[in-house]
Amino acid sequence: MATVEELKLRIRELENELIKCKQQRSQENLQNPVLRAKIDKMSAEVVDSNPYSRLMALKRMGIVEDYEKIRSFAVAVVGVGGVGSVTAEMLTRCGIGKLLLFDYDKVELANMNRLFFQPHQAGLSKVEAAEHTLRNINPDVIFETHNYNITTMDNFTHFMDRISNGGLQEGKCVDLVLSCVDNFEARMAINTACNELGQTWMESGVSENAVSGHIQLIIPGQTACFACAPPLVVAANIDEKTLKKDGVCAASLPTTMGVVAGILVQNVLKYLLGFGTVSFYLGYNAMQDFFPTMAMKANPQCDDRHCRRQQEEYIKKEAERPKQEVAEEEEEVVHEENDWGIELVSEITAAELQDASGPKPDLPEGITVAYTIPNKDGEINSGETLEETDQSLEELMAHMKKL
Amino acid sequence: MADEATRKIVSQIPLLKTNSGPRDKELWVQRLREEYLSLIKYVENNKAADNDWFRLESNKEGTRWFGKCWYIHELLKYEFDMEFDIPVTYPATAPEVAIPELDGKTAKMYRGGKICLTDHFKPLWARNVPKFGLAHLMALGLGPWLAVEIPDLIAKGIIQHKEQQGS
Ligand SMILES: [Zn+2]
Repeated sequence: MATVEELKLRIRELENELIKCKQQRSQENLQNPVLRAKIDKMSAEVVDSNPYSRLMALKRMGIVEDYEKIRSFAVAVVGVGGVGSVTAEMLTRCGIGKLLLFDYDKVELANMNRLFFQPHQAGLSKVEAAEHTLRNINPDVIFETHNYNITTMDNFTHFMDRISNGGLQEGKCVDLVLSCVDNFEARMAINTACNELGQTWMESGVSENAVSGHIQLIIPGQTACFACAPPLVVAANIDEKTLKKDGVCAASLPTTMGVVAGILVQNVLKYLLGFGTVSFYLGYNAMQDFFPTMAMKANPQCDDRHCRRQQEEYIKKEAERPKQEVAEEEEEVVHEENDWGIELVSEITAAELQDASGPKPDLPEGITVAYTIPNKDGEINSGETLEETDQSLEELMAHMKKL
Repeated sequence: MADEATRKIVSQIPLLKTNSGPRDKELWVQRLREEYLSLIKYVENNKAADNDWFRLESNKEGTRWFGKCWYIHELLKYEFDMEFDIPVTYPATAPEVAIPELDGKTAKMYRGGKICLTDHFKPLWARNVPKFGLAHLMALGLGPWLAVEIPDLIAKGIIQHKEQQGS
């Protein structure tokens, strides 16, 4: 078995090889007709050299009013893994104006059960490898890549700045942010940024057991944000007792990820180009092939104060708008108030679970919440609240060190 | 995860009051003071119960934490470096604790050596925002993880005791 050192060396060799290839390519680019030149204007002409002819046909058929508009949009994809990379590829092939890619991870051989990345890219940063592939597919797209973790302080500030200024024209905000991350922290970070900036975004996710997923459109102030309620999940109808999670964190399937990326980009196209019905929440249950949908309004008691601010602004704007009869099919979900009583759940016994569960919102069949927040004071196990001291932070840090 | 013993230990960790994260300048300092007070109390409790098992410290902004944790197995001490960043959304979301030297050695980890917490941890944390702090993360997250994973890794021969380390 190769040692870590050997593997590192091999990665460096391959990186060098790649740089050489890139240089060679860019020289050949001038004469090589395989890599096409940039196209100024999308043409509807059906010839085998026109990469946009089948997309422009959507216009001729009357599905999309103005397909070329796609080139005026900038979309940020956060997380370029199993869902994000495929999402970026679809948008690239559709001729999106600009893509901003955010991911701190590197391509690993363990990712090869998913689509998009190839074994020879192992060791490269995901954003760099993705940009390389995508640029070859469609040189008309403008790419901007950021290889960092958005949840840490400095990076988060930069991330917010790029959302507000990274549009097709520098200084303008992006048109849409897509969350294709695989963890709660990053989703909450995107939620925080978008609530603060009033940025519309779409959430996507695949469950850790790989057999369900969802997409969700979040318009700050209008639809429920990610902090408005516990995360919505698609009920997979698997008995938790038979689900063995000992020994592994997460499973993944290229199929589920591909389906979720597909419904995500479909929703993006409908939202940006204005055709069909845009979904607020669309779930995918792979076990039963069931696609539940719903919509949820923002929660006036949301913990995120920027969400509450956006809601006030939305209400004001709505009141000022001349009345129009629009049949809204939103199913209102009741948000029960809760006082965040301390609660400790033990190893699951059904009774205890019952005990610790809060009010379940009334959700359509097939959709549930990841957990509930109890609203009673039944404190199974509460510690004492801290007593104040006048020790400074520095003194406390020194104290901790001496322990 | 939260057996009777853990419950008792957790009930003795002081709860925090200030709901603020690293982006809130003044209030974050207040939260940090509470984090340290709570951690100090927890370590002291552990020492008193002859169950001292970790040390933590942070940079001066309190955004990056690092330290050591150890596990005694058959009278031998196995010690590991740990680290984590405070996410901008803290305390609404708990930090992801990493033990980089165990990266790739167990499936109960995400890339970068971040430990994979049980399904119970996240709801538990969410229900107790902002009362739970880093001491609770140690007691309910890292502690139980070490107790399950380390004996298993030793049994499989994946980690060996470092002789020079002394026990
Ligand atoms: Zn909200």
